[in-house]
Amino acid sequence: MKTQLKKADGLEPRPMVINLGPSHPSMHNTLRVIAELDGEIIRKADLEIGYLHCGFEKIAESKTYHQFIAFTDRMGYTSALCNNIGYVLAVEKLLGIDVPERCKWIRVILAELARLSDHVMSIGLMAMDIGAFTVMLYGFIERELIYDVFEASTGGRMTMSYPRIGGLVKDVPKDFGERVLKFADRVDPFCSEVEELLENNRIWNERTRGVGVIPREEAVNWGITGPLLRAFGVNYDIRKVNPYLTYDQIDFEVPLRPEGDVFARYKVKMAEMRQSARILRQAVEKMPKSGPINIDDHGIILPPKDGMKGSIESLIHHFKLIIDGIKIPAGESYFCTETPNGELGFYIVSDGGRHPVRMRVRPPTFYNLQPFPRMVEGGFISDSIAVMASLNIAAGELDR
Amino acid sequence: MQNQHGSSHDSHGASHSGGGHDGHERPQDDPRESLWYRCYIPEIIRGLKVTMKHILFRPRFTVKYPEEKYNCPGFEGSAPGYHGEHRLKKDEQGRIKCVACLMCQTVCPAKCIEIEGGEDEKGAKYPVKFEINMLRCIYCGFCEEACPKDAIELTTKYYQVSTSREEKIYGKERLLNN
Repeated sequence: MKTQLKKADGLEPRPMVINLGPSHPSMHNTLRVIAELDGEIIRKADLEIGYLHCGFEKIAESKTYHQFIAFTDRMGYTSALCNNIGYVLAVEKLLGIDVPERCKWIRVILAELARLSDHVMSIGLMAMDIGAFTVMLYGFIERELIYDVFEASTGGRMTMSYPRIGGLVKDVPKDFGERVLKFADRVDPFCSEVEELLENNRIWNERTRGVGVIPREEAVNWGITGPLLRAFGVNYDIRKVNPYLTYDQIDFEVPLRPEGDVFARYKVKMAEMRQSARILRQAVEKMPKSGPINIDDHGIILPPKDGMKGSIESLIHHFKLIIDGIKIPAGESYFCTETPNGELGFYIVSDGGRHPVRMRVRPPTFYNLQPFPRMVEGGFISDSIAVMASLNIAAGELDR
Repeated sequence: MQNQHGSSHDSHGASHSGGGHDGHERPQDDPRESLWYRCYIPEIIRGLKVTMKHILFRPRFTVKYPEEKYNCPGFEGSAPGYHGEHRLKKDEQGRIKCVACLMCQTVCPAKCIEIEGGEDEKGAKYPVKFEINMLRCIYCGFCEEACPKDAIELTTKYYQVSTSREEKIYGKERLLNN
């Protein structure tokens, strides 16, 4: 770089350095790309992250395990429930407890709905960045309908804080299954509509096919996961590889594409949405219609309110649990779940106190973003926008 | 750093003719060879058909907020259990239910609740000061869950407009009448 600048005093052309971001709609969040341009071609790209650093991992060290549930929402705000569920499962693993069957199925349904809402939005925003605004608007209708299901069952639309360590806040309403099935029926027509809008569109094809490809081995070495990795043809889905909740009882496929370009990522996400709808139908059918949702251990989960008012023992549990928090045995555990963007892992170290000693979050988007310079170098600036859109960055997770 | 996929831009210019990256074959569903696709206009018309279907036959999804309010399907307004503004409840005799046990203040992850307890002439505890900073609140509903007296609850109100920061710190009176 320095030698090139010296040459610029003469007649040699020198690369132009520009900032993409940090505040630009196509950067999805506050994220800066320092790009060295040769005409319209990016010769070198450098990433700068940390604009949305909130210190979630550090905050966890001063909050009880229960309180931190509310922070996981803010980490992955486009699929808040997936993050909630990932966190409570990690703590439950450390505790060595197993939640009731009905609770597991409800969690599966909610996680799949969150996956759908994330994919709908990521495809919509990807299309919007590339120039097809309509897909985003239609996608937001579907997302709003998913949020209606969330509102009716969890009380929140975007950030729910719904699961609890050892169960759920409250049971879902009676018409939960109907609402979910009603939405599941909309997924297929929506996907067909998006395909009709985009797939034979010349602009879409020219801007997505063959863009942002890196060799498959490299993709694996960077540690990228989720639909992004499956677009490289690597069959890795934690729901299949290491089934958690009740995913082992559900029949679904892992969509794969061999190319690894932006188009393949879009195709994998579309296929995954159809699979999610399939999971939803099976889960609603297999979910026990009644039964407990919380474990029967009031050292972990708050006792039901009606019982608490009658018995002094429950009241003591209630106060102890809120003031002292859950007694987690000393030890450490790592648990990962498949979120819409890939592997979300929580590594918790406990010394038996009311706070974790250390909490490490393995955010999917951080690892997915790392090969970004490799994906855009040598391509056009406009391609970098398409690649960035396909990575579906959530800066809350990325910077933590 | 020059890499493999960059070469496609150099060799084919702006045409992006695709395929052949890293030895991958052109995928089966690539329509770019077909004459129909190359004509461009027919596919654009097909896309416009979808848009026109939405404009002409689908009901309007947006609402003209704030004149119209959005209703969660099956409910009037927000669904019951929605995490909106807080309310402090009164018992049958019109006294405040809260006994200033500080449970909600303890459990609040955002530390937005501030309570000062006191005793009345009969020795019953009540909150002298009960403030919620609505700018800090993250509407997680932990306070409602933690309250042993069911004294605090989240209403379905989400319409929150203030002209100053001071107005957003809700005192006891405001919360009781919410």
